[in-house]
Amino acid sequence: MDRKIKVVMAKLGLDIHWRGVYLVSQFMKEAGMDVVYLGNKFPTEIVEAAIEEDADVVGLSSLSGNHLALGPIVVDMLREKGLDRVKVFMGGVMPPDHAKRLEKEYGVQKVFLPDTPMQEIIDGINAAVGNTH
Amino acid sequence: MKIEKKELVDELIERSLKGEKLSISRLISLVERRDEYAPYIMEKIAPHAGRAYYIGVTGPPGAGKSTTVDRLIGMFCKNNLSVGVIAVDPSSPFSGGSLLGDRVRMNVKSEKMDVFIRSMSSGRVMGGLARTSKEAARILDACGKQIIIIETVGVGQSELDIAEATDTVLVILTPESGDSIQIMKAGLMEIADIFVVNKADRPGAEDISTSIRGMLKRSLRKRDWDPQIFLTSASVSKGMDDLYAGIWSHYDHLTENLRLEERRKRQLRQELHTRIENEFAKILWDMVQKKDIDQVVLDTWLRRADPQNTAQQFVLSSLKESGLWPQKQ
Repeated sequence: MDRKIKVVMAKLGLDIHWRGVYLVSQFMKEAGMDVVYLGNKFPTEIVEAAIEEDADVVGLSSLSGNHLALGPIVVDMLREKGLDRVKVFMGGVMPPDHAKRLEKEYGVQKVFLPDTPMQEIIDGINAAVGNTH
Repeated sequence: MKIEKKELVDELIERSLKGEKLSISRLISLVERRDEYAPYIMEKIAPHAGRAYYIGVTGPPGAGKSTTVDRLIGMFCKNNLSVGVIAVDPSSPFSGGSLLGDRVRMNVKSEKMDVFIRSMSSGRVMGGLARTSKEAARILDACGKQIIIIETVGVGQSELDIAEATDTVLVILTPESGDSIQIMKAGLMEIADIFVVNKADRPGAEDISTSIRGMLKRSLRKRDWDPQIFLTSASVSKGMDDLYAGIWSHYDHLTENLRLEERRKRQLRQELHTRIENEFAKILWDMVQKKDIDQVVLDTWLRRADPQNTAQQFVLSSLKESGLWPQKQ
């Protein structure tokens, strides 16, 4: 049985910043994960993709200030669909206290802010997913 | 414990056959990662599969395969057909990981559209690609999808195998796909039922379709179908109506004179052949006493021996030592 971690990565909403999400996706690939890259997508489409791809992880990139508006919707919609086991990670630019709120109040597993070492992201995902499968 | 899991799998199968997305998705995962229940799942699924129309889409990277598939999904749905898509991208030969980007171009816009898209990495195992993507396609078929589209990058032999495991093969090229010699090369160009020259708004589209036409004209191969050539610009939906009609005309052709049945039987024969070989290899591996392959590698290296002969001797001596080969008198 071979089991690779499957990640669905998206730029949240109408965010056009691509470098961060590309970079993280590439590192995930090199860490042996299957990364399904969606490009720009809204919560409904992201959750639909997570269902069809049987994702372990959803990664959302947000640098346009929509993190509090759209991030929690993705988490809620996943729960509604019964996908509690799917871990949601976010990355991008946002005030640190927003990042804390997303983690504490809105059920985001972890928010990676700028300058996070790549290995920390990989380790974070491995640790979070490791105990669910 | 075991029994519990079997019940779980049974429930997944039952729900999947009713078309429940979440269950279908889990089922594909179990088969994809070769769960111990994978053969059981395929056994239960098999009687329900075989009703869909399978379309293979292949071609070089960046030709517009995903964009074309996206447009086709829309057209099939508009005609009240449900669509299942298996989109295969390569995996890293080093980490085994992958970046699957086909969904970027695929946008299901309405909830009314009955579509299931699944991305898959080709995997590092030889023949693994063909196995899992065919099985995933069969699951989607059994779960009620009427059109199955398998999209692969047409670069290697195993991708060709997949394309050939479908009822209609679309080979998508661009005006930049090369000169007449490239068109005449073996492989990809020979498996097409339908050629699509995408990005036809760019210069050179006519040239390449002339090259294709010439190649087909000169070909001595007996065909009961003349491959059609369509010029499209998928991103702006140009030429798509003709392509859509072209696909159906190939389907009509297949349904005449039991051609579809014959094509599928031929494919089944091929698939069984490969699988039987694999099973033989697996069983024999288990029967012979395990040898240290590293030692064989080192030995071959040091002696500068030829791998072909070394492999042959390795198999023979393994069989002899395990008493599976008649000893010399």
